[in-house]
Amino acid sequence: MSTLDIIKEKEAPATQATTTELTGSQAVLEAFLAEGVNTFFGYPGGAIMPIYDALYDYRDKLNHILVRHEQGGIHAAQGFARTSGKVGVVFATSGPGATNLITGLADAMIDSTPLVCITGQVFAHLLGTDAFQETDVINITTPVTKWNYQVTDASEIPAVLAKAFYIARTGRPGPVLIDITKNAQMQKFNYEGYTPCTHIRSYRPYPKVRNEYIEAAAALINEAKRPFVLFGQGVILGEAEAEFKAFIEKSGIPAAWTLLGLSALPTDHPLNVGMLGMHGNYGPNVLTNECDVLIAIGMRFDDRVTGRLDKYAKQAKIIHLDIDPAEIDKNVKAEVPVWGDCKETLPMLTKLVKAGDHKEWLQRFRDMEKQEVEAVIHEELNPSTETLTMGEVLKVLNELTNGDAVVVTDVGQHQMVACRYAKFNQTRSNVTSGGLGTMGFALPAAVGAKFGAPERTVVAIAGDGGIQMTIQELGTIMQFKVGVKLIILNNQFLGMVRQWQQLFNDKRYSFVDITSPDFIAVAKGYYIEGQRISARENLKQALKTMLDHDGAYVLEIMVGKENNVFPMVPQGCGVSEIRLK
Amino acid sequence: MEKQEYTITVYTENQVGLLNRIAIMFSRRKINIESLNTSPSEIEGIHRFTIVVNETEDVLRKLVRQIEKQVDILKAEYSTNDEVIYQELALYKVPTDAIAEKAKVERLLREYGARAIVIRKDYIVFETSGTREEINRLVTALEPYGLMEFVRSGRVAIIKASMGFHEKLKEFEQKERSEEVAENEYLGQQDHVFTM
Ligand SMILES: Cc1ncc(C[n+]2csc(CCOP(=O)(O)OP(=O)(O)O)c2C)c(N)n1
Repeated sequence: MSTLDIIKEKEAPATQATTTELTGSQAVLEAFLAEGVNTFFGYPGGAIMPIYDALYDYRDKLNHILVRHEQGGIHAAQGFARTSGKVGVVFATSGPGATNLITGLADAMIDSTPLVCITGQVFAHLLGTDAFQETDVINITTPVTKWNYQVTDASEIPAVLAKAFYIARTGRPGPVLIDITKNAQMQKFNYEGYTPCTHIRSYRPYPKVRNEYIEAAAALINEAKRPFVLFGQGVILGEAEAEFKAFIEKSGIPAAWTLLGLSALPTDHPLNVGMLGMHGNYGPNVLTNECDVLIAIGMRFDDRVTGRLDKYAKQAKIIHLDIDPAEIDKNVKAEVPVWGDCKETLPMLTKLVKAGDHKEWLQRFRDMEKQEVEAVIHEELNPSTETLTMGEVLKVLNELTNGDAVVVTDVGQHQMVACRYAKFNQTRSNVTSGGLGTMGFALPAAVGAKFGAPERTVVAIAGDGGIQMTIQELGTIMQFKVGVKLIILNNQFLGMVRQWQQLFNDKRYSFVDITSPDFIAVAKGYYIEGQRISARENLKQALKTMLDHDGAYVLEIMVGKENNVFPMVPQGCGVSEIRLK
Repeated sequence: MEKQEYTITVYTENQVGLLNRIAIMFSRRKINIESLNTSPSEIEGIHRFTIVVNETEDVLRKLVRQIEKQVDILKAEYSTNDEVIYQELALYKVPTDAIAEKAKVERLLREYGARAIVIRKDYIVFETSGTREEINRLVTALEPYGLMEFVRSGRVAIIKASMGFHEKLKEFEQKERSEEVAENEYLGQQDHVFTM
């Protein structure tokens, strides 16, 4: 008995009693309607043409966004998922269409982004014959998908799609890929309606929460003198922002965020002490090695956060809250593992923890912050030199947006600066490629982010290098009138690599000097407004013009060529060896 | 931590592509698979993988959790050699002349509990099952008589302690939440681990 038979057998009968004849393609689109998907991204081709043909009749119900490259499509779906909290959906044809999704799949996998990707495949009878545009997509994508499946018969489609959506969004979310052969798209079958999936025998995304661990965790926290909370994207994925806030507010524990945990707690919250990791803040990194109890919530102790593991929080008892049992004890040994959805476990913990304020301990973070302000932050935000810094751009942006914008970043120095200095009042406001560090992410992800949060201001921040990796998506912005604001922070270098070469390779600047086109002329070529600035006195007005502009806008800002991002935990060092310069 | 031989048992759905999904988890970590056997289990629709590797327990514990996390996999566990009853199957092809001329061989076979499954004019095929050492001993013994061909299977293993998977499966069929797998070795010993 296959899994599918089991699902069919297990589930309650479908809502529609009558059967109708549908093609596989229509069944795919019916599944979208049933799952509440209304916006998705894609690019057509021969092997997915039957679905696109069916889409023609669903144009008024389903909003398909034609991207310029499949990588753009999947990053857009990721951006959509991150801001909306829904499953992102993307279509691609077989062969090159499908292989262009790989980067986005790997990115979504490591950042736990719920996606359903539909790829077309050659006719079932041609599988394995090296047919035109045939690629073994299932095997290529296996390491970078939470689940994948090849459909060769139309009648499988409703149950497989139900399963796909269920797997993508439950437990630790992730990308799912469904490859559908062309014959299955065209084949007619008796459609018995769509039944959402609620249970799969071999997949149990929600663990039983064990009370004794909650109690043990609470006891540890109640005795702690210097407790410290690290929070990650698990808080956002579990929609547990309020529960999280209640927990730290009652216990009075200082909290620091990972790159993907950013915006789960307002930046200005009195217990928010900043960012962890390689380019994180001074206090949280140093004090990780001084706290007595470390409470990790929905984060996975990535090596960019921990630095050298043998020098990481050795003195602390660690409590690890995570929905994924494979994360517990993976990098850092937990004294008390709390396996479960933090939306459920946090309130249980809050009930048992004593109210407290840890004033003196919190003050240590504030003191170190002062040191960091003096050594780094003040000069970054209020430079004494003539050239603009990335930090001051963020400072002015914060003033103008009041921390209410969605900030989508690419990868490099600007990413670290933007994540360090952007201010957030609302959750799901920071969209960045954390685990994979994918250059070219920002522009397409911003397109998706805008569809995921159409009422909000979406600002994409990219470097002169990364923007050139997916710049063709300006075409998507043009055609679909996507009102994203794009800031290019141009330092005329592949900045982050140059910084490493300067610090660790004796300034041997090997192939990091990148020349760029006239970005504003390129934008104009796509009928998108924009301007370039390089003087401080124009900064505020330029940002204001960008934000006030009705529709998309490209603002290129020339910044210092050889500025560095500090603090920094050098590769191979412990977190308390963080350098301020 | 020292490397040692472990047997990994994985219960899976009977699904296309799972072998690859499992194999990738080993190759990605550069763990060499010593032997692998896959077959139906006693439960209809559920397959069982038996995988032998040489690894440290720490690596193995994490690996098994990652394996179990895969959607189509119901359960994965690992055992040391003491914790399982295991066998391999071996076939040996020997020239008939050698057997006919030297009766010693026949005695040898009896000694090793082998049995003839094909007897032809030119060769005889024997079969034994046993542990790796048992099988190897017969190979060494047969070599001087012109062993023509030899093949052995992957390990199959039964876990001594386990109740089998039957009971567990019922739990999977129900829409129940899954049990805690991350056991806390420090629970109840707080005074020992937490002193400030
Ligand atoms: C697809 C991809 N290729 C290469 C890298 C390695 N890499 C990381 S940061 C960086 C430089 C980025 O330069 P730029 O986009 O100009 O941003 P800046 O650091 O100057 O802000 C590179 C090449 C990467 N992260 N992703």
